[in-house]
Amino acid sequence: MNPDLFEKPKYRLVGDRGLLIEFGEGIHPEINEKVRKLSRSIKSIRPKGIIEVIPTYRSVLVVYDQDITNPQILKYFFRELEEQDQNDTATSRSVLEIPVCYGGKYGPDIETVAQTNQIDTDDVVALHSRETYQIYMIGFTPGFPFLGGLPEKLHTPRLETPRLTVPQGSVGIANNQTGIYPIESPGGWQLIGRTPLCLFDPSRSDPLLYRAGDSIKFKPITKKEFRIMAEKENN
Amino acid sequence: MEVFNILAPGGYTTIQDAGRFGYQELGIPVTGVLDQPAFILANLLVGNPENTPALEITVQGPVMEALAPVDISVTGAQIGITINDRQVPEWHCIHLEKGDIVSIQQVQRGCRAYLALAGGFDVPEIMGSCSTYVGGKLGGFSGRAIQKGDILLSKKPKLNGRQRFIPDKLIPDYLSNKKIRAIPGPQDDYFDEGLDLFFNSEYLVTPDANRMGYRLQGPAVALRDGMPKSIVSEPSLPGCVQIPADEQPIILLVEQTVGGYAKIATIISSDLPKIAQATPGDVLKFEKTDIKTAGHIFKAQKDRMLKIRKALSY
Repeated sequence: MNPDLFEKPKYRLVGDRGLLIEFGEGIHPEINEKVRKLSRSIKSIRPKGIIEVIPTYRSVLVVYDQDITNPQILKYFFRELEEQDQNDTATSRSVLEIPVCYGGKYGPDIETVAQTNQIDTDDVVALHSRETYQIYMIGFTPGFPFLGGLPEKLHTPRLETPRLTVPQGSVGIANNQTGIYPIESPGGWQLIGRTPLCLFDPSRSDPLLYRAGDSIKFKPITKKEFRIMAEKENN
Repeated sequence: MEVFNILAPGGYTTIQDAGRFGYQELGIPVTGVLDQPAFILANLLVGNPENTPALEITVQGPVMEALAPVDISVTGAQIGITINDRQVPEWHCIHLEKGDIVSIQQVQRGCRAYLALAGGFDVPEIMGSCSTYVGGKLGGFSGRAIQKGDILLSKKPKLNGRQRFIPDKLIPDYLSNKKIRAIPGPQDDYFDEGLDLFFNSEYLVTPDANRMGYRLQGPAVALRDGMPKSIVSEPSLPGCVQIPADEQPIILLVEQTVGGYAKIATIISSDLPKIAQATPGDVLKFEKTDIKTAGHIFKAQKDRMLKIRKALSY
């Protein structure tokens, strides 16, 4: 058993409106699996008074309305769910395939990543697209996923000078992390490709194509395929 | 329908409602008004439902020309209001005729004022809210603060049969109150003496204070020996007090969703309005409290609001 996994989840108050349920220390798929299960269980039942359910690397933060519920009631309820989850051995995670056109104008830093790791750009594409990445958490900007599992052979430091604008859909690397910029924003990551998919759209009934706990796999596409998909997204 | 032409935008004026809830797990911060009670009262004064989008005004108010007859109210910070250079009071429903120039001036006490329009401001509802998320260019008035030349719209401005007002003795009195009650945690176990020091010291609000967070200056709060200087990124809630590497506390507010440092304490929701009304130069004193007391304070605040509703004949 993972030594960083707590025997029993720890409950912490966040002021008078949040309850944090912690499963362990650090970043481990095992700890995150518990996070994923509990968030899913809470969301499927939606007890009264819960405003937000936020899964993170090793904990679930629940925001509640103190007019309707309180931490004792919630604690009792979550303990029940957590016990049920223990017996649920199914570990189905939805894997979202994200098409990416690597290199060229979509991945201006792919050479840097290749050279830093003494491989060529084809290897960068192969290594990056071979992995299935777990989404540990979403934050910093709308839809920005914190992905775990970037192969060591692709680790590259951030840009010395961040860009003022990173185009929407850019796929990047920074140290041991990889991620996607769902909306245009400033950024310091090494950009290796871009997806034509519109990952975040506030006007859709489901604004984001993924959630924390899902997994992502990048699928290389050609420039032509990118153009066709991008046109479809705009219509 | 066009209701206001912005002649001067003021310090930082945005359209906000109570907030955008339920999407923090997608990286969408709550945003919304920082002083909920003042916002609610502004709406009640003009006969609006509580959660009608209003203007949040920061330090310096806008100058606007009324493009139609409308009713408005201004609450929150102590701030001067003139209509065609005639002084009018806060905490009152005020009538404007087409062509009137309303000028909201500079705060005298507090920091943020709220201007509600009878019938509400007409902006698209995005993910359940009309609040402005400037970082995501989302919501409110085109995802940004109001600028000179903007035209504000209303779906259906109504006029009130009578001009409500809140009697002096019921006007919330918190603008000068800098005693901030907070519950230790969620990472209070990262600290030992630092925790006592935090709750027994005074902290100055620095000029780096805005809707993202308030940077404070005061006695350094050190972590316990051996604790890591930064933690794995975790979600934050408005009111969480973060201790970054320089050991100077930051009160996190409503424009972001995560933080990478230990959170020593979280301000109770009833005291967030005091932060909304704090400006650079103010001195804050944190007081340790617990969830039970926080509940009593919350209930007392609810009772006070009920009294005011009754006085407004709701």
